[in-house]
Amino acid sequence: MPMLEAQAGTLHTMAVNRTQPGATMPLAVRGLVLDANGTRLLGPLDLTLSHGSLSVLMGPNGAGKSLLLRLLHGMIKPTSGEITWAGEPLNDDHRRRQAMVFQTPVLLRRSVAANIDFVLKQRGAAKYATRSGVLEKVGLQDKARQPARLLSGGEQQRLALARALATEPEVLFLDEPTASLDPASVLMIEEIVRAAQDQGTKVIFVTHDVGQARRLADEVIFLHRGHVLERTAAAQFFDTPNSHEAGEFLAGRIVL
Amino acid sequence: MTNRMFLHMASLLAILLSVASPAQAADKAIILQSTTSTANSGLYDHLLPLFTARTGITVHVVAVGTGQAIRNARNGDGDVLLVHAKAAEEKFVADGYGVERFDVMYNDFIIVGPASDPAMVGGSQDATAALKAIAKAKALFASRGDNSGTHKKELLLWTAAGVEPTAASGTWYRETGSGMGATLNVAAGMSAYALTDRGTWISFKNKGDAKIQVEGDAALFNQYGVMLVNPAKHPNVKAKWGQAFIDWILSEDGQAAIAAYNLGGKQLFFPNGSRGAS
Amino acid sequence: MQDFGQAFSLAFALVFSGDADLLEIIVLSLKVSLTAVGLSCAIGLPLGAGLAISRFPGRGVVLVVVNALMGLPPVVVGLMVYLTLSNAGPFGWLQLLYSPSAMIIAQTVLITPIIAALSTQVISDLHAEYAEQFRSLSVSPRHAVTALLWDARFSLMTVALAGFGRAVAEVGAVIIVGGNINHLTRVMTTAIALETSKGDLALALALGIVLMTIALVVTAMVMTMRRTATAYAYA
Repeated sequence: MPMLEAQAGTLHTMAVNRTQPGATMPLAVRGLVLDANGTRLLGPLDLTLSHGSLSVLMGPNGAGKSLLLRLLHGMIKPTSGEITWAGEPLNDDHRRRQAMVFQTPVLLRRSVAANIDFVLKQRGAAKYATRSGVLEKVGLQDKARQPARLLSGGEQQRLALARALATEPEVLFLDEPTASLDPASVLMIEEIVRAAQDQGTKVIFVTHDVGQARRLADEVIFLHRGHVLERTAAAQFFDTPNSHEAGEFLAGRIVL
Repeated sequence: MTNRMFLHMASLLAILLSVASPAQAADKAIILQSTTSTANSGLYDHLLPLFTARTGITVHVVAVGTGQAIRNARNGDGDVLLVHAKAAEEKFVADGYGVERFDVMYNDFIIVGPASDPAMVGGSQDATAALKAIAKAKALFASRGDNSGTHKKELLLWTAAGVEPTAASGTWYRETGSGMGATLNVAAGMSAYALTDRGTWISFKNKGDAKIQVEGDAALFNQYGVMLVNPAKHPNVKAKWGQAFIDWILSEDGQAAIAAYNLGGKQLFFPNGSRGAS
Repeated sequence: MQDFGQAFSLAFALVFSGDADLLEIIVLSLKVSLTAVGLSCAIGLPLGAGLAISRFPGRGVVLVVVNALMGLPPVVVGLMVYLTLSNAGPFGWLQLLYSPSAMIIAQTVLITPIIAALSTQVISDLHAEYAEQFRSLSVSPRHAVTALLWDARFSLMTVALAGFGRAVAEVGAVIIVGGNINHLTRVMTTAIALETSKGDLALALALGIVLMTIALVVTAMVMTMRRTATAYAYA
């Protein structure tokens, strides 16, 4: 993938104007609980994440990975417990410094460029340099004028990622962004995410793909039935996980 | 709303006003509240260009039933009223809504009906006798039923005939609640008798097999009156131009113009304008 | 019925003779109805989009009312606007009665609920898709409304078309507030009503055919634009 190396080059120049890394970190979660209609969906859950490492949230289906991500991002309100960023409760200012990429990209019915411009306008003035830089980062610079919704699945997700990066987020949440993509697209997206982490963005990545976790993770947070079973450095997790469930999961057995 | 959206709205309002401008642009213009019978006969298409050429005043005709025309004029939505229901007109003036009523012209009503003539009234010159015969035969009769001048006239004739037709409403007596033309369409469609003014009948194009059955009765006389809407009541009334129209239509020129109008060689209206002696 | 054949040949004759009076009537019809559609969209689209994305107590009631107002009889609208603009009414001083402006106002009142109700539906569907992404991006409600309206623009053209169809075809409202004054407020529908009342059914029908043709052309133009947009996945 020679193209990706070229993109990595532009990434370094992009990072100059970045706000001070880690200004909203660390993230602290205390006694977080989410109930719906009397059913416990998540928690109680405690977790502290710090700047500098790429955290991967893993766990079987229904473990609450996506819910936890949405709670951290402030998209849904917890039933109880608290989420603090750098010691402050989650507020709009924090949220503006975060971005999220969903499993299915939601693109505006506009051109590729207009999709980027939309978020740039939300965050201030749209600058051509920023837009073209971001598109170059994800390899879509040649498709700027094309209708976004006619892109291939992989291209659409890269555009969604570019849109997230256009806000220069301090925290980037990704909710199984490559779940239904072809291997080449998966690889491109992983490269871009890794590059963003290297530039100082805190990446929190949800996946249930063990291979992907192995390629990306600095640390793994393993969720099971709404609880954090373990939080382990990647180097150790994939060989000797602390919990029985994580072991079963890594071995490819069905974990209920 | 964003500023842009506000501008958007403002420009649309500007369009609205620019489309609206013709109403205001014709600065010398009056509104004449009148009846469908006069408008549909084509009389105004003949008269008004003459008046406008003479005075530079444009006349906008709102043609509705006499009842509605008087109501509109009471609301001050018009400058001159030209209708045909003398009693209602005199009440309009007496109530202070009109300045003074003048006779302007007349034509006559006729009773039209299907060629088969089920009530056998054809050729009669006695309107009340004909209505009695229609009621007796329970032959279909289409009434305006809209409180118009023609409708009021019809009700007077029924009273004179000693018949209470509304008791038969929905059976042989059909109240259309519509204008003269619409009522004639109904009458032609269901082979009913109907009372109409002669002008509308002559210019009416959907006669089917209907024809004039009763005419020539003095009771069928149809007097039109003209009056200025009272500017003391409604300051918006363009009294000067309205009065100019009344003066002209009552003048020799105006009266001659009314007499000159004909359709297919038939004179439709007969001038009998009189200043003050109505 | 003989009137049909007569009407068609008359309609052709009218159109191809370039009759000045007919042209005036057609132009006024389009001016009045298109302006009314424009105003209704300016009011109804933000209203509809706002209703689609907001949640407040009584929203259900508002939706029911807006939907019910779609069925407003034109005559009732005409009467309400007449009473408002009459010299005896609260806005008589504007001197708008019996003018094209009055007709535009009446048609705007008539079709704004249609635009609002139909756009609420269109925008609700789109919002269901965009809501989570917008929340993630902290898009303000105001920006969300503009973005949704823009992205739904081709679907909303169909909404505007529905409003235009209703406006250009109605006679009840414009005849009351416009007065069907020759060379001033006479439009296609009031001319048709007039010719019908004169018993000239063939001419009335011919005018009706011209009106339908205009509606057909406008609809075809909108549908073509929409089809093109769909090909670009913008609709």
